This record gives sequence, C-alpha cells and structure tokens, in this order.
Amino acid sequence: MGVGIEVKGLNAWYGKNLALKDIDMSIPANHVTAVIGPSGCGKSTFVRCLNRMHETIPEAHADGEVKIGEVEVYGDGTDPVDVRRRIGMVFQKPNPFPTMSIYDNVAAGLRLNGLRNRKQMDQLVERSLVLSALWDEVKDTLHKKSGASLSGGQQQRLCIARALAVEPEVLLMDEPASALDPISTSKIEELIFQLKQHYTVVIVTHNMQQAARVAELTGFFLMGSLIEYDKTEKIFTTPADKRTEDYITGRFG
Amino acid sequence: MLNQPGSAQTAKLSLWRRFMNHAATGFAVGAAILVLAPLLAIFVYLLVKGAGSVNWAFLTQTPKPPGELGGGMANAMVGSALILAVASVLGVPLGIGCGIYLAEYGRNRFGDLVRFTADVLNGVPSIVIGIAVYGLIVLQQKHFSAFSGGVALGIMMVPTIARATEEMLMMVPNVIREAALGLGIPKWRTTLSITLRTASAGVITGCMLAFARVAGETAPLLFTAFGNQFWNLKLNQPTAALSLQVFAYAISPYEDWHRQAWAGALILIVMIVVAVAAVRIVTSRGMLKGTS
Repeated sequence: MGVGIEVKGLNAWYGKNLALKDIDMSIPANHVTAVIGPSGCGKSTFVRCLNRMHETIPEAHADGEVKIGEVEVYGDGTDPVDVRRRIGMVFQKPNPFPTMSIYDNVAAGLRLNGLRNRKQMDQLVERSLVLSALWDEVKDTLHKKSGASLSGGQQQRLCIARALAVEPEVLLMDEPASALDPISTSKIEELIFQLKQHYTVVIVTHNMQQAARVAELTGFFLMGSLIEYDKTEKIFTTPADKRTEDYITGRFG
Repeated sequence: MLNQPGSAQTAKLSLWRRFMNHAATGFAVGAAILVLAPLLAIFVYLLVKGAGSVNWAFLTQTPKPPGELGGGMANAMVGSALILAVASVLGVPLGIGCGIYLAEYGRNRFGDLVRFTADVLNGVPSIVIGIAVYGLIVLQQKHFSAFSGGVALGIMMVPTIARATEEMLMMVPNVIREAALGLGIPKWRTTLSITLRTASAGVITGCMLAFARVAGETAPLLFTAFGNQFWNLKLNQPTAALSLQVFAYAISPYEDWHRQAWAGALILIVMIVVAVAAVRIVTSRGMLKGTS
C-alpha cells in the first residue's frame, strides 16, 4: 500500500547554488501526482530530494522536513539506504544493468539486499514483471537475454519492474517516457494508472498532456519554487497564478 | 550553386573522397599488419629453434649438471607457475582495490597523488623493483624465496591493473550507479556487485595484460626467486623460473643448453597464451545474448 508524503520547508543546493526554495507540498497516498515546469525549474531535484538521491551528487545537499509515511527522511539517524529501499525510482533514460539477464535485473535489488529464498525470488520477479506489463514479452528469455538487449520501451518497463520488486511504498518517476516513442509512452502511462492502486506515484514530466492524462494532482515549479499545486483539472483549466497560466498556454518554457 | 549533383565539380569531389576513404582504410590495415608481424615472427622463430627440443624429458626432468646432455626445465615451469600465482594473488586484488578507490572516491588531491605514484611505479625499471624487494624481504629473511619473487612481480602488476580498473569503472555510465543506489543498495555493494561487474570485461583484460607483462620478467627475479637446479614447491625456498633458466642457459657456453634455452622460451610463451586464453574462456561463459 502506498503512503503519503509531507514536505515542509525543503531547500536544496548544488554547491552554493540554491536550486529549491522552501518547498511545502502534501502528496496523498495512492494517487498520481505530476510535477511540471520548464527545464531547470528544480522538478527533478525535487523528486531526487524525496529519496535522498540528490546528495549523491558531489557538493549537493538538502535540508528541510520530508515525511514519507512515518519516516523522517532527513531525520537524525535516518539512513539514506533505508529511505531508498522504501521508495522506488525510475529515471529518464532506461538504465538496466547491462551485464545482467532480465531476471537478474529485476532480482538485483532483492538479492543485494539479502534475499536468498529462490522460490520467493521467482515469485517476486514474476509479480513485478506482470505488474509492469512486460511478463508476456520476456517470460521465455528471462535468463537468456541481457536487459540491454530489449527495446527502449521494454527497458523502461524492466526498470519499473526492478523498482517494484523491492516492494516500495512510493514510486518516483523522473520523466520516465521522455526518451520513448508514442506507443511505448502510452504503455507506460497505462501502467502508471494501474500502479496507483498499490503505490503513491510522483511523476516529473515535460509533457503537459501527459500530466493531464495520468495525474490527479499537479504541481507547477518555476525557478526553484512551487508556484501552484492543485487538482490537475484546476491547474489546466482555471489556474490561480498568472505564471502557471502562461506556462500551460505555452507562452514560455 | 556549388556542388550540384552531376556537375563536374561534384564528380571530382566524390572521386577524392573515395580515394581518401580507401587510403585511410589501407593505412589502418597496414598498421595492423605491422603490429602483428613482429609477434608472428618471434613465435615462428621460437617454433623453428625450440620446438625440436621440446620432448618428454624436457617437460618432466630437472636440469642436468653442466656438461651432461639432456635434462629439462620441469622445475622451472612449476616454479614460474608458483611465482606467478603468488604475484597474482597479491597484485590482482590490490590493483583492483586501488582502481576502485581512484574511480569511486579518488576525485581529490590524495587520489591525484596515488595516480601519479602508480604511473611512476609503472615506469620504474623492473630490476630496481627486484633490488627493492631484495632489500625489504630477502635481506630480512636471509634467504632467497619464491615468495619474494612473487612479491616483486606482484608489485609490478599493481599500477597496470589499478589504472586499467580506474579507466574501465569511469566508463560505466553514472545512471547505472544511480539505478543501484535508488534500489536501496549500499554504496559499497553497488560498487562491487554493479559497477565493477558492469566493467568486468575491461578489468579482466587489464589483469591479463599485467599478468602477461610480468610473466616473462627476468630481472626482478634475479635477487629474489634466484633460481634453483632442483625441485622446490616451498614458498620460502629459492625457486627456479623459466625466464631465469632461459637467461642462465642462453649465456652459458654449452650448445645443449642453448638448444634448451630456445625450448624454454617457447614454453614460456605458450604458458602465457594458455593462461590468458583459459581466463578468457572461463570468464566469458556467463555472458548473455545482447550484452553490450
């Protein structure tokens, strides 16, 4: 089951450069929430702060309060590795582990976190691949083919399966379809729609139609600030802020 | 208006391009042949000079005293294998570990220092490394040994392996590391099980290069392994090695020993080729279809 996310006063830096300014955002469980905005507005930085991936970049750091379920993400003594185990992440460019088979790609997170039970592993791998709508296409070549041998769209669904296998509560997607063709994109979007039954999904996207199609809530970022955050329908029909309106009507960005 | 299709000028240009294309291909092929030629020549020459002397006695017996005909280099073959095993056990993990440090943590002054030191060590003449190990180990223990020979060769392997590992790890795209970290895999586990595994083909090549390079070394063994006319399997005793034996026989005044020196050199090359090929076969077994 998914859990909600509460963000209060989140700031993020790259060196001395302030990339996110005092973000407050409340993301409900088992919903799809989209984050939109022009390039460089901080939307990717924002989701990377939620699972503490931001700080893996040299000289980058963040502070503020992020609560995912009952976990204080930036609390004293919170191990970023534990946080990331609870929060799955899918990246812009499909990044399967190239030297591993399809099965091993999905099993990687389980195996490297210490799961040894073969039968349980088989079940989780199958369940994840079914959930990411890839099972039928790869079930006969699970152990024979490398993850890198799949098409771009399949690779991205493999990466989603890999993220789901460790049974996260939240799934972060950083422009998951921006490197894919329209057919693969629509498959991923259908998938996102299914996934919200089990997970809380946060999706970063450049594509406003995509946000309108998949998300119930949408946040608009501009120059490191959250300008407006509301029901998707409201954002795209009657935005409260002039800057949001300018962006969605294509006047800049 | 320039270069309309079918114009005389376009035809001339296309002819020039085709010429340049063939010239560049020809240059590359020529260079490849030039590189292969000396290697082939050495191998053929060794076969001509040495193959006739490789027989059962040569492969199974120890050297005969000076002046007596026959005997072999069996003890030297085993000795070489022993010394190289010690060198690999020490040099490969240390080299890979150092390479991991440089690639994953070494973007700082200390990393630069290590990198510089490794490059200098790579250029240190092998006899100097032999003398250093003589001073550090042989003098302390007061006897020559297979172990000290292995240490000398192991030290020589480290910089090559470290730099090769670093280069190969740097080629692994950062998105692969991020994917692993994002799954909640700790950094050390990500480095060993994901990043190093992704780069493994190149890292293995680096190890094989280092191995092949030290396998034929003679100078670092002169004051360490020292050589031995008899069987030895103990790490703390002086040990024969093929390269030492070939050197000793080649500068001897005996015709029969010259003959055996050629055979020894041939066996040494064959041993290196077999070892490298074996590692390649074993490590490529797990490779999958479509692996880039």
